[in-house]
Amino acid sequence: MAMTAGEIEALIKAALPDARIEIRDLAGDGDHYSATVLSEAFRGKSRVQQHQLVYAALRDQVGGQLHALALQTGVPE
Amino acid sequence: MSIDAFIDSEVKSNDVVLFMKGTPQFPMCGFSGQVVQILDYLGVPYKGLNVLENDELRQGIKDYSNWPTIPQLYVKGEFVGGCDIVREMFQSGELQVLLTESGLPVNTPAGA
Repeated sequence: MAMTAGEIEALIKAALPDARIEIRDLAGDGDHYSATVLSEAFRGKSRVQQHQLVYAALRDQVGGQLHALALQTGVPE
Repeated sequence: MSIDAFIDSEVKSNDVVLFMKGTPQFPMCGFSGQVVQILDYLGVPYKGLNVLENDELRQGIKDYSNWPTIPQLYVKGEFVGGCDIVREMFQSGELQVLLTESGLPVNTPAGA
């Protein structure tokens, strides 16, 4: 079962309401996405911690329902 | 030994450990292959552990790191990240700094 970009964005937004999110469907198969997520919640956190916040927002779908999500995270300028 | 204890001992007794799909010689996934290429380019010695050979390890490392995907890179017992973070750190030069500061030999690019 694949996920739509809209579903991914909604899950991230629910956990990180201020997030600016850009999602690209890399292969057009609903299974390989790249996402850029900018949020104040990331400030002062390591990259690993930032990605863990996004993974937590996606509730364990990454690596399961969602095969591949290339992530880039950061704090808004 | 529990899988948790096995992983703990691997990451603490080897300076650089890569949990990956396939082997450094034959990566079985593009993301694992990218990290292999970076480590090989830097010439840093590392141990590759193939999670495809062991389902318990495949799930165990995800629980150990609280990280849902493979590959996963450890340096000196610390989780550095997956493919995206390793690539970002390599491109910015942070990975080279981390390895050097950990006392590990890193090839410096020609002319640098």
